[in-house]
Amino acid sequence: MSDAESPATTEPTDPTREHETDFDPVSVFDGDETMDLRPGADNCYKCSVCDTACPVAEVDDDFPGPKFQGPEQWRLKRKDGGEIDDSIMSCSNCMRCDDACPSGVPLSQMHNTARGEYVDEQMDKLSREYVRNRILANYGTLARLGSKVPRLTNLVMGNSLVQKINEKVLGIPSERDFPAFASQTFREWWHERGGANVENEDKRIAYFHGCYSNYNTPEVAKALVRVFESFGYEVVVPRQRCSGTPMFANGMLDDAERAAGVNVGEFSDLLEAGYDVVASCTSCSMSLRQEYPELFELSGIEEVAANTYEALEYLRIHEDVRGALDDASVDDQALAYHAPCHARNQGLDRQAVELFRDLDGVLIEDVGDSCSGISGTYGWKEEKYETSMKIGEEMFEHMRDATGEVGMTECPTCSMQMEHGTGYDIKHPLQLLEEALC
Amino acid sequence: MPIREDVLVVGGGIAGTTAALAAAETGAEVRLLSHKKSTLRQASGLIDVLGAVGGDGPIADPFEAIERLPDDHPYRVVGAESIHDGLRFFDDVAGDVYAGGHTDRNALVLTHGGTIKPTARYPESVAPGLASAAADTLLVGFAGLTDFDAPVAADHLAATGVPFEIDGVTVRFPIEFRDDARTTRLAKALDADEDRVRKRLTDAIDAAETDLDYDRVGFPAMLGDDHAAAVRDELADRLGAAVFEIPTGPPSLLGLQLEELLFDALDDAGVRISAGNPAVGYEAADGRLESVTVDRRGQAVPYHAAEVVLATGGLVGKGIDSDRESVTEPIFDCHVPHPSDRYAWSEDDAFGDHAFARFGVVPDDDLRPTDDAAEPHFENLRAAGGVLGGADVAREKSAAGVSLATGAYAGRRAGEEAT
Repeated sequence: MSDAESPATTEPTDPTREHETDFDPVSVFDGDETMDLRPGADNCYKCSVCDTACPVAEVDDDFPGPKFQGPEQWRLKRKDGGEIDDSIMSCSNCMRCDDACPSGVPLSQMHNTARGEYVDEQMDKLSREYVRNRILANYGTLARLGSKVPRLTNLVMGNSLVQKINEKVLGIPSERDFPAFASQTFREWWHERGGANVENEDKRIAYFHGCYSNYNTPEVAKALVRVFESFGYEVVVPRQRCSGTPMFANGMLDDAERAAGVNVGEFSDLLEAGYDVVASCTSCSMSLRQEYPELFELSGIEEVAANTYEALEYLRIHEDVRGALDDASVDDQALAYHAPCHARNQGLDRQAVELFRDLDGVLIEDVGDSCSGISGTYGWKEEKYETSMKIGEEMFEHMRDATGEVGMTECPTCSMQMEHGTGYDIKHPLQLLEEALC
Repeated sequence: MPIREDVLVVGGGIAGTTAALAAAETGAEVRLLSHKKSTLRQASGLIDVLGAVGGDGPIADPFEAIERLPDDHPYRVVGAESIHDGLRFFDDVAGDVYAGGHTDRNALVLTHGGTIKPTARYPESVAPGLASAAADTLLVGFAGLTDFDAPVAADHLAATGVPFEIDGVTVRFPIEFRDDARTTRLAKALDADEDRVRKRLTDAIDAAETDLDYDRVGFPAMLGDDHAAAVRDELADRLGAAVFEIPTGPPSLLGLQLEELLFDALDDAGVRISAGNPAVGYEAADGRLESVTVDRRGQAVPYHAAEVVLATGGLVGKGIDSDRESVTEPIFDCHVPHPSDRYAWSEDDAFGDHAFARFGVVPDDDLRPTDDAAEPHFENLRAAGGVLGGADVAREKSAAGVSLATGAYAGRRAGEEAT
């Protein structure tokens, strides 16, 4: 039995529902307790504004767009024998449609559930696409193995022959370079360091580092620790699994629920001890805050969702970061900042530029509101690679136009795409904060 | 101290952006909060000031008609000077992308429903299509785009007695897209002139059946994006007639253009913007607001400010909320007068004089929302735009003007008080 076994589901949270007489709840999957999406579908008045916000529809004329994937598909499959249209697999889960809808339709939730149903019931489990998606969705597991022998893994994955084989056998585009594994993971560093340097009963955070800053960019995770400690926070680094983002995006909801079970269990215990949950990756924070309570019913999930923050967001709420930066300076640098879609959806898309544009030594430019196009595992699929690069073109162009030749973003896969399209090094805002304050 | 500015504006429409610009002009530090992407992409892109009073219109000069409005109308509260102020902000922002600033009088614009709308400012792409110009007009619609039926619109316009001949034709868009193709996709095809689509479109119009020897041709507003002027020029050149756009419903490209103009202006003015989360409450002490609470995915985060402008819109924009029992202003719970009998809220006639259309907060003479005893709820809270009661902006065709005038006033006053 896995340590990630999910706890029993709880009863539906809204006890008033069953007393409503004019409400006809319809379950999404037969015989389960997934929340009812009918009110969401009914709220859509077909203004099509979501379609104009969709980066995939922007470049792919065959993609029907979020209005179809959400409310329309949901209605169509109410009919007997109604199947999910396979175009659901072309949705990149950027979630921009959520933010575009003036009527509160939970589009990304509808997409996630439809994709989950499609993968469960209609996708061939022996197909190359399924196997490849399962591998990509479980990147964290792959990384755990690979990072045990980082140099060897980097050598093998960087080999062009291996890349060709990956493309032919798995459908992973050979144009993309696998992100290198760090020689020491963040967690190894943390244990070697002896854990936290600061103890503080009043200010304490539980760090959700996610997979990427553990295995690939521990410098981001270390920056978080040092910055938060400089503000007097006690940091803990609990056991954790993937946030689930790549699993949602690939319709692997069972995998995601297992991972969520571990994360919710670990972090909800800490909430009781006065910790808040802080993430350095905006997709991780998005997942814990929005997708967890939308998709799963786990004990403590609402509390975890309601107490999760992105790192810079948390500091800006609780500390005088602006004041601290007033007296600080860094080596002269020009940065081309890209806001990840998932940061945008949490209302975080402007905070880095807002904070750093007054910092001595920094010239920071926002490269616009387009999507980077990679959307996690999406751009890692051979058949999506071209779409991914087409979506990214606007961002690449704006990055090249910007003064800076170093990129900045919060999202690991956006940073891969930014580097892939421009060759620039990419920084995380926490690293700049570390330079300024530590 | 955490998130704090001199002035916090709640709402990202025309009223909110105008208030933020007006506050910034006083030298105040300003933050604008917007729940979602701006709803301006639902808007026509026209800037109406006043087109009718009590159902009588069209009005030629909005400024002359103001005194005929009821006493509690927002225009009567802030006065004509504030309307001019608001238009000045708008003209600065819009530059030569908009026309109409040369006069106080209304222009008459053709709508996609085949009616004529009095408006104060209009995109320059709309300008060649004004109803006051005696130029014979061909309207062109696209098969499959059900929002605009050119022959029907032309018939309607002819029936209104426009001073020119008018006809409408429907053509197939030269490139075949999905049946439910987005208007932005058509615009992009024209923008990039994919597969010589501009020429092929004019060929299709030349081949369409009309007896009219037209001077100008009107299209639904989707003629390009980044290269819109070049698209119009080429179409005009090939057709041998002037080309203009007709504002559309959502998703409205002219509304999108307006949104970009306003948000670029906010950036230029140094206004901080937080979009993506709703304001849900407040903290106050001694009759003054200390902060507005923003729900960031479950966390209640206070945004501190010395002065606050409420610009969250009316019933449609969700700045005013209603259920079967009552009508409320959901963030600050400001007083919204309404009949206790729900059936008195509306008339049977769909286009009638509905009470609900005028629901909103009641301002004092400094635009501060007042309670049922006519006292301001908070010393440092002002309201602007659709959240204000007393105007039936749909019937009066005054939505943008009310937002500009009250936004300019509330923003300036907030900035003055805060600095």
